[in-house]
Amino acid sequence: MPINESDVTWVSEPKMNFWESTFLPAIFQGLKVTASHIDGHTVTQQYPEEPVKLPMHYRGVHRLNRDDQGRVKCVACMMCATACPANCISIIATEAPKNDPVWEGRDKYPASFELDELRCIYCGMCEEACPCDAIELTHIYDLTGKTREEMIFNKDKLLSVFDQTKDSGVDPVRTHRGKLSGTADFQSLPPLAPATSVNPDDRSAKASSPGVISR
Amino acid sequence: MPTVYVNNTPVEIGADERLNCIQVAQRAGVEVPHYCYHPALSVVASCRMCLVEVGEKKPDGSIAMQPKLFPGCQTPVKDGTVVVCDSDKVKAAQKATLEYLLLNHPLDCPVCDQAGECGLQDYSYKYGRGYSRLNENKNIKPDKDYIGDQITLFTDRCIICTRCVRFTREVSGTGELQLINRGSHEEIDIFPGEPCNNKLAGNVVDLCPVGALCSKDFLYEQRVWWLKTKNSVCPGCSTGCSITVDQNDDHLYRLKPRTNLLAQGYFMCDEGRFGWKYIHSEKRLTAPQQKQGSQQSAGLWDQVFPTAKSALEQAVKAQPSRFAAIISPWSTVEEAFLLAKTLKDLSPEVTLALGPVRSGEDDVFPKTVTGKPPAQVKFTIRGEKAPNRKGVEQVLQHFQGEVIPFDTIAGQVQQQKFDGLFVLNADPEVAWCPEFVTAAGKLKLLIVEDFLANPLTDAATYVFAGGAWAEKDGTFVNHAGLAQGIARALRGPGEARPDGRILWELAGRSGLFRAATVRQEISKEITAFAPLILGDLGEQGVMLSSANNEPAKEAALAGSAAS
Repeated sequence: MPINESDVTWVSEPKMNFWESTFLPAIFQGLKVTASHIDGHTVTQQYPEEPVKLPMHYRGVHRLNRDDQGRVKCVACMMCATACPANCISIIATEAPKNDPVWEGRDKYPASFELDELRCIYCGMCEEACPCDAIELTHIYDLTGKTREEMIFNKDKLLSVFDQTKDSGVDPVRTHRGKLSGTADFQSLPPLAPATSVNPDDRSAKASSPGVISR
Repeated sequence: MPTVYVNNTPVEIGADERLNCIQVAQRAGVEVPHYCYHPALSVVASCRMCLVEVGEKKPDGSIAMQPKLFPGCQTPVKDGTVVVCDSDKVKAAQKATLEYLLLNHPLDCPVCDQAGECGLQDYSYKYGRGYSRLNENKNIKPDKDYIGDQITLFTDRCIICTRCVRFTREVSGTGELQLINRGSHEEIDIFPGEPCNNKLAGNVVDLCPVGALCSKDFLYEQRVWWLKTKNSVCPGCSTGCSITVDQNDDHLYRLKPRTNLLAQGYFMCDEGRFGWKYIHSEKRLTAPQQKQGSQQSAGLWDQVFPTAKSALEQAVKAQPSRFAAIISPWSTVEEAFLLAKTLKDLSPEVTLALGPVRSGEDDVFPKTVTGKPPAQVKFTIRGEKAPNRKGVEQVLQHFQGEVIPFDTIAGQVQQQKFDGLFVLNADPEVAWCPEFVTAAGKLKLLIVEDFLANPLTDAATYVFAGGAWAEKDGTFVNHAGLAQGIARALRGPGEARPDGRILWELAGRSGLFRAATVRQEISKEITAFAPLILGDLGEQGVMLSSANNEPAKEAALAGSAAS
């Protein structure tokens, strides 16, 4: 369809005045920008001569956290393996031995936890899916290995990554809950502490005091 | 016809039907959430999840509603009953009930085996409130890891619906489980030293709407959302319980009963439930075998099969009256038909016989204290340990006019009346008598199709590695003449092939084996199987004899109402 002549707006270059046509103001403006950068401040990081500074949300090699008793925090719920888009996590769960003080309060733990660091796409979905903050991504980025097998991290290796990074300053353990079902463990619970958003129409949302539903 | 109004929708019910609000709502396509109610158990109305508003439509058209909510499971409906399941009052009650049930329920869904198929999860999502307002610590009771050999109890997850207690009292009749203590200290327990080890004990795990009772066999093996499910039939006995087969990555993890009032009802026995382990046995045949000299060696299908096929054809052509075939009562109707038809097409003089049928005493439930048979049988574990004797017999009857039992043919083999023998076996626990094996081993040609190595496969000239029941499509006909379809849920190990495919290729047919097509062919050729004409047997199966069809239909109607 041809364009209607009435829809076309013709524009022309604005005419330059005398100073503009000398180009001197533009040159001085450019020199000003250049001069403002001669203060020694550099953005370039001299990697690998200097260690790189990464943002806090950087997603590198995984670790398996330990709880306050040094046991693996993972409860083998396999949410990470379910969420993983690269299918790189394989877990074999087992029942925690009863009457064993080491596993007190635990029902289930991973007998084997294997994560293929080569197959992983470092998307962080596992960390997001984990209900007990057991798997986290660290700032370790320079991962090398001689064989493919070496790059499949097992439980011990993932735990050793935790030992190596927990005090590094950039990889803090994000929570200290250490247990499942934390709602019962909170010392103080606000009157309405929703796990999900509260429907404002809900009677409980209009409650004058916690535990009392007004009609 | 009496009319009941569910959420303003009129539902017509039968004149003499006795339904409760949950059942009538199901007919209207409305879900009334419930935990303690189960169609096979008595009603206790203890979970309070099914509270609904009930009223009556008077003849003058006015509606009088009861002022309070009623438990839907305990409230029968009649002509003019009005049931309201979606009012604000009902929704508020559902929310409150769920909040109560969840007060002390640990939120350990990540470690709970039931997560993904949990009544609490589902209803909390649909009807609950998504957060807890409990400020106190949860009441945590110690787990009981020995309730029975197969059952473990996570006491703190229990919501005291007492389905398991009622099951052991009413269906198994053994009454091992009970509620002890009162109030919030109430918990499920056994009498000390009397574990729940009856033959139907595994059903309490299925009945448990939450993750309190768990099966030790399946515990922490697999997350349920990874399982792929196919409908099938338990081959353990001639009851032919409708089941689902749950597998992942060609590994079978569990069998669960499927409601089918035409077959067994709602449950299955532990023998069937845990009896599938042979499917992953190390004795599985993983490739066809061929005997060269006295040594048997595994080969490729492309090499062994054509040789075996031509050897079979030659043996039949040379002296057809000296060739016989034995068809196991564990084979499907399709396999029996394909083999019988292939051999009878080669020569009508070939002898066909039924394989060994393991039989014993039927075991009926509920058990009574006195040991007398129960007044009303609620579950039967049949003594005949074969899923398809009736089906195979019908096929043999059609092709031969008589059914030769195994003892007769075994005697004839031992008297050297045959030169060649084809044994189609699928019974994992078959016990061939040594004399028969020796005699069969001396035959000129012995072809055995089986899926587990046994003395007969060791003696065979050719061994076809077949599939277990969970690896093939087909039809089983149970003791009452109900034809149900089994489905290929997983692939067999190595080079093992489903028997239907092997026999399809043995028949020299082109294309692929498809059970529904063979079923239609059978229904056209054998009058007894005429009801299978559609090819698809549906979820409930099809009754073969027309005499049985009327009660079957009624049961099906009742079943659809109850389920």
